[in-house]
Amino acid sequence: MALTTTTYGYTKEHSGEARPVSADAAAADSGSLTFEIKHMDLFYGDHHALKDVSMDVRTHEITALIGPSGCGKSTFLKSLNRMNDLVENCRITGDIRFEGKDIFREVDLLALRTRVGMVFQQPTPFPKSIFENVAYGPRLQGISNKGQLSEIVEQSLRQAACWDEMKDRLNQSALGLSGGQQQRLCIARTLAARPSVILMDEPTSALDPISTQKIEDLALELKEKYTIIIVTHNMQQAKRISDKTAFFLLGELIEFDDTVKMFTDPSNPKTEEYITGRFG
Amino acid sequence: MNQLQKAIAKAHRNDRTAKILITACGVCMALVPILIGLFLFYRGTDTFTLFHHSLTEFLFSGEWNPGDTAEGGGKVGAAMFITGSLAVCLLSLILTLPFSMAAAIFMTEIATPKARRLLQPAIELFTGIPSVVYGFVGLTVLIPFLKSIFPMPFSFSLLAAGIVLAIMIFPTITTMSADALAAVPKSWREASYGLGATRWETIAHVVIPAAKGGIATGIILGLARAMGEALAVAMVIGQMKVFPKSLFLPASTLTTAISADMGGAMEGGEYNAGLWTMALLLFLLSFAFIFLIHYINDLSTLKGEKK
Repeated sequence: MALTTTTYGYTKEHSGEARPVSADAAAADSGSLTFEIKHMDLFYGDHHALKDVSMDVRTHEITALIGPSGCGKSTFLKSLNRMNDLVENCRITGDIRFEGKDIFREVDLLALRTRVGMVFQQPTPFPKSIFENVAYGPRLQGISNKGQLSEIVEQSLRQAACWDEMKDRLNQSALGLSGGQQQRLCIARTLAARPSVILMDEPTSALDPISTQKIEDLALELKEKYTIIIVTHNMQQAKRISDKTAFFLLGELIEFDDTVKMFTDPSNPKTEEYITGRFG
Repeated sequence: MNQLQKAIAKAHRNDRTAKILITACGVCMALVPILIGLFLFYRGTDTFTLFHHSLTEFLFSGEWNPGDTAEGGGKVGAAMFITGSLAVCLLSLILTLPFSMAAAIFMTEIATPKARRLLQPAIELFTGIPSVVYGFVGLTVLIPFLKSIFPMPFSFSLLAAGIVLAIMIFPTITTMSADALAAVPKSWREASYGLGATRWETIAHVVIPAAKGGIATGIILGLARAMGEALAVAMVIGQMKVFPKSLFLPASTLTTAISADMGGAMEGGEYNAGLWTMALLLFLLSFAFIFLIHYINDLSTLKGEKK
């Protein structure tokens, strides 16, 4: 591989000349790898929050990010759609490629966030009607035809398994929904923007077990069409729904492998300690 | 009685005393506006009861010629003062709103924390400037300036009053709006950014709609201040007892009419009663403003921040 022979040019703070496309990225057969992350470091001021993380995210798979609080898994997730741009003093070096393109230089920020949707830990419906919540993304993309919007709203709510319970109250405030409904609405809202990737940041940590199960079922369904990366503090959840699992500890990616392998035969002793509940 | 028992008894005594004192203060606080209201009601209704004028005449007639005697018999139509007040208030609101909103958005959404620390006290300083200073500056700077650019028969005008008031209510509306914008949860902004929205789209479609209750409160408070301001307005509006027909002509407002004539009107006379009725009207208006604010707040908490 070319990578081993060429010196790997670190990119400084999202700027500098565009690096030549690495042999890997060129070789990536389109569609199979959604994200390629190589030697990524992230700093909050002087704090080195992510250390030399490299990971490939395969298309139409669920990748789970696990690890104890403060290990950097959420920070890593938020780098993938550049939500960390909003954080002052946050600096990222290394290479993050989305569908083969450098997310800092070759992809427009707004286009990236449209393609890479996000569902947050707390449900975050806007103080608007259910319809307007879901229509928010399409409206940003310039769709204003009422019929077309209605179609997208219905389709998205169906996909997120909310249509039946919400179809009669589309014009009511989304804030009147229960927590679990709000979170599924947020998933519908994300889907309505037509992403190809959905980032989920502990989407069930604020929910009861039944709502959690609904979201998990939903994730498994959505995987047919979308690539999902989910941060979870719940190892059982990672085990139940993910294809690949990444274990983070103190800003380092300790192990990244097939979920089945990780939970049955982890190669790093730290992973084993964590998943058997000895710390974290 | 041992020392502990004494201490406990003393603590109970102090607690009771404090409760009585604080309750008394609270009752006084509530009593003062009620008493003022009652007094205004008592004096302000003379126009209708003692001098037999109708409410319609007071509100809608433009004939202002009350008799300065206890016999009365004049005309008590305050419509030109009422429309003058409304015109000045609306004008100041229209003038100040774009700047207030822009300043509030800049402060909360765009300025760095350092710039914010500088801006906040600067804007708050506006409120601390006495109104006579605003009026004085308006008189010496604004009026000659306006006369130099517009062909105005008199120097004093509705426009001058509107501009002075606009500057006076700017800090009220700006700080209230900025507080409301800053209170919009960060999670909503993040969700909006996460859907591919720009900062402006996020401000326009999420932040401002979510803050509209607080912004409306700021606007009403600003209006209330504009409605009640007498001195600065009196110094630049010209105080001519006519309907406000043009931006460039003098006019009068409820407050300027009261302050101009209250010294000369005979106690117990019809003129005096007419002025008290205008005072009562101002009181009722500010009452209405306060109710409106509470209504809007209830409305936005009902459908807004449930959590």
